[in-house]
Amino acid sequence: MDQKLINFIFIGLSFAVYIVIAIRSRAGSTKEYYTAGGGVSPLANGMATAADWMSAATFISMAGAVAISGYDASRFLMGWTGGFVLLTILMVPYLRKFGKATVPDFVGDRYYSRMARGVAVVCAIFICMTYIMGQMRGVGVVFSQLFGIGIPAGVVIGASIVFFYAGIGGMKGITYTQVAQYCVMAFAYTIPAIFISIALTNNMIPQLGLIGDFTAGDPDAVPISFLDKINEINTQIGFQEYTSGKLSKINMFCITAALMCGTAGLPHVIVRFFTVKDVAAVRKSACWTLLFIAVIYLTAPAIGAFSRVNLIQELHQTHYKEVPTWFKDFEKTQQMAWVDKNGDGKIQYFGPAKSQENTYTVFKGKQPTYKSASKDGSLELGSLGQRLLTNEIDNSNPNELWFGNDVMVMANPQMAGLPKWVIGLLMSGCIAAALSTAAGLLLVLSTSISHDLMKKIIKPSLSDKEEINYARVASFVALVVAAYFGINPPSAFIAKTVAFAFGLAASSFFPTLLIGIFSKRMNKEGAIAGMLTGILFTLGYIIYFQFLGGKPSQYLWGITPEGIGFLGMILNFIVSFTVARFTPAPSQEIQDLVENIRSPKGVGAAVEH
Amino acid sequence: MVKEKSHWKESLNLVVSLLLIWFIASLGCSILWRDWLDEHAFKVGNAPFGFWMAQQGSIIVFILLLFIYAIGMNKLDKKYHN
Repeated sequence: MDQKLINFIFIGLSFAVYIVIAIRSRAGSTKEYYTAGGGVSPLANGMATAADWMSAATFISMAGAVAISGYDASRFLMGWTGGFVLLTILMVPYLRKFGKATVPDFVGDRYYSRMARGVAVVCAIFICMTYIMGQMRGVGVVFSQLFGIGIPAGVVIGASIVFFYAGIGGMKGITYTQVAQYCVMAFAYTIPAIFISIALTNNMIPQLGLIGDFTAGDPDAVPISFLDKINEINTQIGFQEYTSGKLSKINMFCITAALMCGTAGLPHVIVRFFTVKDVAAVRKSACWTLLFIAVIYLTAPAIGAFSRVNLIQELHQTHYKEVPTWFKDFEKTQQMAWVDKNGDGKIQYFGPAKSQENTYTVFKGKQPTYKSASKDGSLELGSLGQRLLTNEIDNSNPNELWFGNDVMVMANPQMAGLPKWVIGLLMSGCIAAALSTAAGLLLVLSTSISHDLMKKIIKPSLSDKEEINYARVASFVALVVAAYFGINPPSAFIAKTVAFAFGLAASSFFPTLLIGIFSKRMNKEGAIAGMLTGILFTLGYIIYFQFLGGKPSQYLWGITPEGIGFLGMILNFIVSFTVARFTPAPSQEIQDLVENIRSPKGVGAAVEH
Repeated sequence: MVKEKSHWKESLNLVVSLLLIWFIASLGCSILWRDWLDEHAFKVGNAPFGFWMAQQGSIIVFILLLFIYAIGMNKLDKKYHN
């Protein structure tokens, strides 16, 4: 059977399941639209939260990041799981006790101020927008692969599906569909990894294969450690050792810390925990969530390393005439490209150490560009049948192979020659990952606008029905903007774009929520000043370096825009406490409120809807 | 009120000690002291310790931390709010 047909069967089946669940639990009242009625079991909620968590960035991009940067990619692995620990022990039980549906609600009440609520809404919108942009890119990569079209068309198709999907279900639909999505994702991620691990290391557990021996080579040779093998491959073609990083220690520290704290301030995940019944259930649910997340996160380093070895062995020094068919497929969807710089007809993949300028860019510009297809739909091809680029070729180095990092996970089973159904399963997993997070984020974004901005600040007389209508309009607008940036991404790969969202969350919400719970003395002036300083500083830094052409030599202490959220966060803390010292303490009422959320007693009453 | 205060204090103690382990495992072993650990600490399988902590070990520690937290906090709740 044709690979495409198998992909469609798998995706069609998984979609049928999601849609049936979503329609059967169609949202009734507004309250249910937001938090699924308050009574989901900790285990189910754990799975749903894990699905929310594992966005397209995690699922599609993370293993690719590991493959390209080895140790350095640990920042994503630790950042997103470590942040979950912060979230669980510092935030969630208290916010749950407080019992309001959205983060701006908490900020508005705890800091007794409309302005604080307004600032929180704006922060939430920025964070969710940045995050959705990354997801849209992921959706685009998947759909372009599925239909064999370019990424822009893939983004548009994906965005329409997300809109339809988030619109009909609301959170209630999403909770149970996300349970189903988690299952699809977990299988789709681990099964290919198991096959590849057996092929390369003769160990059926990928995590053990990674630290085991490489057995795929000459069977008579003395077995060599897999990590030594990948280090050897990497250094031979001019990359740094896989197990040692390229990022400076301070940068690595800042990025990881920003990702961790940002995770703890991400509004769409915090909302998830309002769906279980009491504080004890929240804690249990968080344990399950991290366990389910770890299934994927512990597999990613193995997938990354395996796919690196496979990619180089399959392509490096291979004549284009003997190149595997998947390479040509990825050329068509504009995710891999080859430029025969030395004219020998073979693909050469070389790292920065092989050139004097220390570069390995194949061509000028971030993405490959092509002449548009001629009228009969045929593409412009070179003498060997390779797709020709219109980019200016960079001749300062011998590297001839370009590939998008985000494509690694999807290319992985094909590179390893796995059966077609495994690829079909993986495609449905990718789509589940992209859809679940995009839908969850869209929900938070639209409720931030309809509930926190329209109802609580601008027009308190809004009826339930009007509120839902506002929410739908807001999600439509958000998707259009996100789709634009999905087509024109602000950074090289998804995980990086998403890292910006976490930086923004770390510098705005994290300190404000944390101080709001752990200090009774913090007042509205301090919180507002802190949030504004944090987010403006971080956003300014990111925009300057990503869009206005700032040079890496201008980085503050060598910290890249990915890690700047950590400094923004420290600024937020400093400004908050300084301003609070010189302004009056909050009223007794607020101090009692803080006292109250610290005690888990009496929480049952808050959620019996 | 006195009960509430000591509940809060004990739960803070738990949270702070968990955070300490959290820091040592992730930002500490995997980033700050990584080079030294790669060289001097034992290997996990064929992987140097610091590298392994960064890619696998810290995540396993995180899961354990959350289980300890859930059990510890539930105990505290029982002790003070029965």
